Amino acid sequence: MSSQQRKQVILGAYLGGVNHHTAWWDPQAGSQIEFDSFEHTARTAERGKFDFFFLAEGLALRERAGQVFDQDIIGRPDTFTVLASLAAVTEHLGLAGTINATFNEPYELARQFATLDQLSGGRAAWNVVTSFDAFTGQNFRRGGYLDSSQRYERAEETLALVRELWDSWRSDDIVADKDSGRFLARPDAGEFAFHGSHFDVSGKFTVPRSPQGRPVILQAGVSPQGRDFAAGNADAIFSPYGDLPDAVEFYRDIKARAVAAGREPGEIKILPSASFVLGTSEADAIEKYRDIRNQQVTGQTALILLEQIWNRDLSAYDPEGPLPDIAPDPEAPPIIQGKAFIHQDRFATVERLRAVAESKKLTLREVVIDQFERGPIVGTAQQVAEKIDSFVQNDGSDGFIIGSHLVPTGLDEFVDEVVPLLQDRGALRADYEGTTLRDNLGLAIPAEREKASAR
Amino acid sequence: MSQAAVVARTSSEGAGGFAADTARSRVVLEQEYRLMTSTFPLHLAVALDGAGWHPAAWREPHSRPSELFSASYWTDLVTTAERGLLDFVTIEDSLSVPTAHPFGPVDNSVDQVRARLDAHLVAARLAPVTRNIGLVPTVTTTHTEPFHVSKAVATLDYTSRGRAGWQVKVSASALESGQFGRRSIPELSEQDRESIVAGVLPDFVRDLFDESAEAADIVRRLWDSWEDDAEIRDVAQRRFIDRDKVHTIDFEGKYLSVRGPSITPRPPQGQPVVTALAHQRVAYELAARAADLVFVTPPGAEQVAPIIGEVNAAQERVGRRGEALRVYADVVVFLDADGESGQDRLDRLDALSGNEYRSDAYIFAGSVSALADLLIAWQEKGIDGFRLRPGVAVDDLDAISGRLVPELQNRGVFRTEYPQENLRGVLGLPTDVPNRYAAGTPAA
Repeated sequence: MSSQQRKQVILGAYLGGVNHHTAWWDPQAGSQIEFDSFEHTARTAERGKFDFFFLAEGLALRERAGQVFDQDIIGRPDTFTVLASLAAVTEHLGLAGTINATFNEPYELARQFATLDQLSGGRAAWNVVTSFDAFTGQNFRRGGYLDSSQRYERAEETLALVRELWDSWRSDDIVADKDSGRFLARPDAGEFAFHGSHFDVSGKFTVPRSPQGRPVILQAGVSPQGRDFAAGNADAIFSPYGDLPDAVEFYRDIKARAVAAGREPGEIKILPSASFVLGTSEADAIEKYRDIRNQQVTGQTALILLEQIWNRDLSAYDPEGPLPDIAPDPEAPPIIQGKAFIHQDRFATVERLRAVAESKKLTLREVVIDQFERGPIVGTAQQVAEKIDSFVQNDGSDGFIIGSHLVPTGLDEFVDEVVPLLQDRGALRADYEGTTLRDNLGLAIPAEREKASAR
Repeated sequence: MSQAAVVARTSSEGAGGFAADTARSRVVLEQEYRLMTSTFPLHLAVALDGAGWHPAAWREPHSRPSELFSASYWTDLVTTAERGLLDFVTIEDSLSVPTAHPFGPVDNSVDQVRARLDAHLVAARLAPVTRNIGLVPTVTTTHTEPFHVSKAVATLDYTSRGRAGWQVKVSASALESGQFGRRSIPELSEQDRESIVAGVLPDFVRDLFDESAEAADIVRRLWDSWEDDAEIRDVAQRRFIDRDKVHTIDFEGKYLSVRGPSITPRPPQGQPVVTALAHQRVAYELAARAADLVFVTPPGAEQVAPIIGEVNAAQERVGRRGEALRVYADVVVFLDADGESGQDRLDRLDALSGNEYRSDAYIFAGSVSALADLLIAWQEKGIDGFRLRPGVAVDDLDAISGRLVPELQNRGVFRTEYPQENLRGVLGLPTDVPNRYAAGTPAA
C-alpha cells in the first residue's frame, strides 16, 4: 500500500511522572527526574519515527489538606531545560512542552521557544495552558486570579503577541556578509510593537526567525470558547475523547470551526493521549491491564481522587466499602491543591458515580478504577496497531500521544512491536522525510511578513 | 594599551630569569615556582558572547556569523573550551539585542550582530555534548521569576550531571522593561550614565541590585527545599517521598515573596555555582550576598590588590559566612596568530568597526607567553582565577585551548586533566553542601 494514500498516524510520546498512573513501585521503574530517563524515552520515540516528544508541566507540588502528596511521584524538571538538552540527543523528533502562559510574560516565552526552535533546527512546539489559581500563584510575582472570560482574553493576547515577536524577523534578515560588513538586511529587523489591554510592549526581539517559521502551537480545550480559541490559533489540539463516536463528533466540530476561522481542515491536527498495554493474547493484555489498574489505584489514591470531587476529608471512609453517603462541599476551601481539575458539577458527578456503584455493585475503590480513567489501548501488538490505525482512518483523530505507566522503558515495546505493524499498514513513515516538526506533521511553514512592513 | 604594555613588560622581566637559564634548570626553577605558589593550580574560564567580544569579530575569516544561532556553532566553541580543560564557560545574555553601549539605546546600525539566543537554553543544549566543563549561563533577575530560574538551573544541573552554574544579572535598562512590559524602568539620563561609570548607582538601580540579591536568595532556598534523601521510594508503605523532607520556603522579602517548595528535587550539586560580574561597591555586595564567585575587572596589575580589598570589605559589610567569595579577573584577549600579532589583529578589527575597542575589563593583546606571565603575576596578587573574554570567539578560544593552556601546563600551573568532580569540586568549593532546611543544620 502506498503511504501517500493512507492517512498518516501522527505519534507523540509523553513521559509520565507526576500522577498515580506512573508505576514507580515496579522493579523496572527508573527515575522521573534524571536526564537518562528523558534521553531514553526520546531516543526510543525517534527510533519509532514518532513526530514529537511531549513534556507536561506543573508549577506547585500537589497538596492534600496542606501536606504534599507522598504516595505517588512528585517532583519534575523544568520543561524548557529538558527539551533543549533533548535537542542534543535527537535529530528529527519534535520537542513539545507545556508552558503556563499565566506565570510567564509573552516576551520571555517567545524568546525561550524561539531559542529552542533555533537550537533544535526547527523542532519546537508549545502547549499553551493558562491557570489562575491563587495556590500556584504563591510561587510567583504574578500571583493573582483572573476570571474565566479574562483568562481567554489574556490567552488570546498572549498568543497574538508571541506571534508578533516570532514574526518580527524575516528569514532573509541576516545577511552576515563579511566583505561588505553588512550583518542585517534592514535596520528594523526584530522590531515589534503591541498595544493590547493586557500587554503594552515594544522594542526589538532578539531571536531570528526559526527554520520552521515559528514553533508549533498545541492546545487543549473542550468548552465552546476553548474550541474556538484552539481552532483559530492552534496547529494541533489535544482531544479528550477516546471513544469513536464522541471523537468523530469532536473531530468534525474542530475542523468545521477551523474552516469558519478561515483555515484549511488539514491545518489543525487532533490528538488524544492514550496509554497502552500489550499482551501475548487479548486475555493476557486485559489481565495485565487489570493488574496495573489495581496497583495504580490503592485505597488511599481512590480516596484522594474522590476528595477532589467531594472537596471533603474522606480519610475515615473504607476504600473497600460503599461510596461516601455525604454530599460534596463546593463552598469549602479546596482540600486538594496544585492539581488541574475541572469541577464541572460536583453534585452531578457524585450522582453518576453512585449510579455506577449501584448498577455494577462496586466498592468505593472499584468505582474509581472503573470511572477515573479513559481505558488505554489494550491487546496484542496486532490489535493495538489495528485500533490506532482504524481510529485515525475513521477520523476519530489524526494520531495519538502515547505514554506508558512504566518510566522510562515503557515505550520500548510499543516501538519494537507496534510501530513495525503501523509501518506495514502504510500508516506510519518508514523514515523521516523532512527536518522540522512542521515537516513531520505535514504543516506548511507560515507565511512571512511582507518586506515593506506596514509599520 | 599602555597598561597592557606595562604589565607585559613587568612580567617578562620576571620571566626573563627563566629564559636566561638552560632548559634543564628551567624545569627545576618551575618546580620551585610551583612549590612557592600556594594558589596552584591556576583557574581558567572563558566568557562566550556571540562571535566574540569585539564588535567586528563576526567579520574575521574563521568566524561563522550566519551560524551564530545554531547549535553546531556553540557545540564547537564549548568543545574547544573543554579540550583546554577550562573550569567553565559563561554565556552572556540580556533580554534585549546586543547594543553598542551597555546602557545605551539600540541604534539602527546594520553592521553588527544584533540578535542573541537565550543563554540558559544554549547551556542546556550543550550539556549532553560535554562531560566535564561547567556551564554558566547568564539569567537576569529583574523581570524573570525566581521560581522559574531556580528550577531551570537545577534542571541544567541534572542534564549536565552536576556542572550547572548561574551568572546573576540585573536588567537596569528601560529598553528591557519596555519589551517585557511588567514594570517600568526609567530611561537613564546622561548624568545617571556618567554616575554609573564613576561607580555611583542611582537609587532605583541600587534597589534593583537589592531585589536581585533577594531573587538569588529565593533561588538558593528553593534548591534546598527538597532534602537530598527526600525521595524514599518505599514500596511496602507506598510512600514515594518522606514529606517531612520537602519544605516550603515561605520567603517574604522587601520585593518578592515565594512560598515553595520547588517542583524540582535538590540538584546534584546541592547548590549549583552562583556567579556575578561586579565593578563597584553595590555589585560587590550583591556578589558577597548571593554568589560563590565574583568576576572583577582590574584595569591593570596595580589595581588587583585594591579590588580584592574592596571585595573583602563587601563580604564583611554584608556579614558573609562560610566560604569566601572566589575572585576571578576578567581579561579581554587578542592573542598573536600565525603571522599577525594580537595588537595588529585588534587594530585591524578596530578599523573594521570604525571605533577603538573599549571594555570594562582589561584588554590584553599579545603572545600566549606574555598572557601566561600576566595571569601568574595577577594570581600572585591574590586573584583566584581568570575569565578570559575572547576578542574573536573562534580564533582566540582556539588559541587559549591550543596554546595558552599548554604554556600554563608547561609552567606547571594548570591541570593536565579534569578532576573527577562536579563543578563545585573543580572550583575547589565544598561538594557536600549542608541543606539549610535539614534537621540539625543551623538555620541560614
